[in-house]
Amino acid sequence: MKELSLNILDIAENSVKARAKLIGITLEETESTLLLTITDNGCGMDRETLAKVTDPFFTTRTTRPVGMGLSLLGLAAEQTGGWLRVQSVSEKDDPHNHGTKVEAMFHTQHIDFAPVGDVVATLITLIQGSPDIDFSYRHSTPTGSAELETAQLREVLGSDISLAEFEVLQWIEGNLREQYAALRGADEITDQ
Amino acid sequence: MKSLAELAAIRDAMKDKVALRADSGDTRVVVGMATCGIAAGARPVLAAFVEAVASEGLSDKVAVTQTGCIGVCQFEPVVEIFEAGKEKVTYVKMTAEKAKRVVEEHLKGGRVVEEFTINSLQ
Repeated sequence: MKELSLNILDIAENSVKARAKLIGITLEETESTLLLTITDNGCGMDRETLAKVTDPFFTTRTTRPVGMGLSLLGLAAEQTGGWLRVQSVSEKDDPHNHGTKVEAMFHTQHIDFAPVGDVVATLITLIQGSPDIDFSYRHSTPTGSAELETAQLREVLGSDISLAEFEVLQWIEGNLREQYAALRGADEITDQ
Repeated sequence: MKSLAELAAIRDAMKDKVALRADSGDTRVVVGMATCGIAAGARPVLAAFVEAVASEGLSDKVAVTQTGCIGVCQFEPVVEIFEAGKEKVTYVKMTAEKAKRVVEEHLKGGRVVEEFTINSLQ
């Protein structure tokens, strides 16, 4: 993957497939680290599956026997000196409190750190594909943050208008890009 | 700033339009968005379809959707087009530019862009 935002899209698709109703994506940046966390309340994984999940030759897909998603994310983190951690509670083990949490830590000053890239495009893609799932997004940096709560937008839109309507997607994209522009502006001020 | 008030205005403007769209989806554009597709560049391809379908005024009859691995990872990004009463068309090695042409020529004009299809490889 050329940029981290593509890994985020890929891993969040696992949460979609796990029939999550809520998917949380957070990026927490310090001066030299980035912690990515993706949480969902989907069906989770049993212990046996969880143990194999970062193995590139394990996959739940049936079209071919290789699943690269989590191993690619782990590789991207580890090559910066960071780490990947996956925790999960399966629906079978706990019918009320199940889901999966994927965390990846990156050292952002490391030469092998892939750029974060276009997270906004990733969020728009996720919402377009799964307009009925709620996404909770927050990207915090030392100078500020950008965030999105689709539940809040759903309240405004009511039940008739889907989040996947083009006009709505455009509004979400515009809103996020404005937040990022403000964030970059704040960055430049502190740099001086 | 894109405000919630602006979003409410979008909602009010769309209400009637959406109500009229009783059975949309004569045509489905399906973009493969598994690891293989994403790594090969499916994200901008999907975005190009979503935008072009809306800007060409085709939203009422064309649904753009996502799916997992279609099974021909070496040809990703792969896009399948399903039209009622017609054979499925599989486009391979797609880009945002190619997506715009497919919307114009195939979805709007009704002519399959043969040079982008999987059959053109064989």
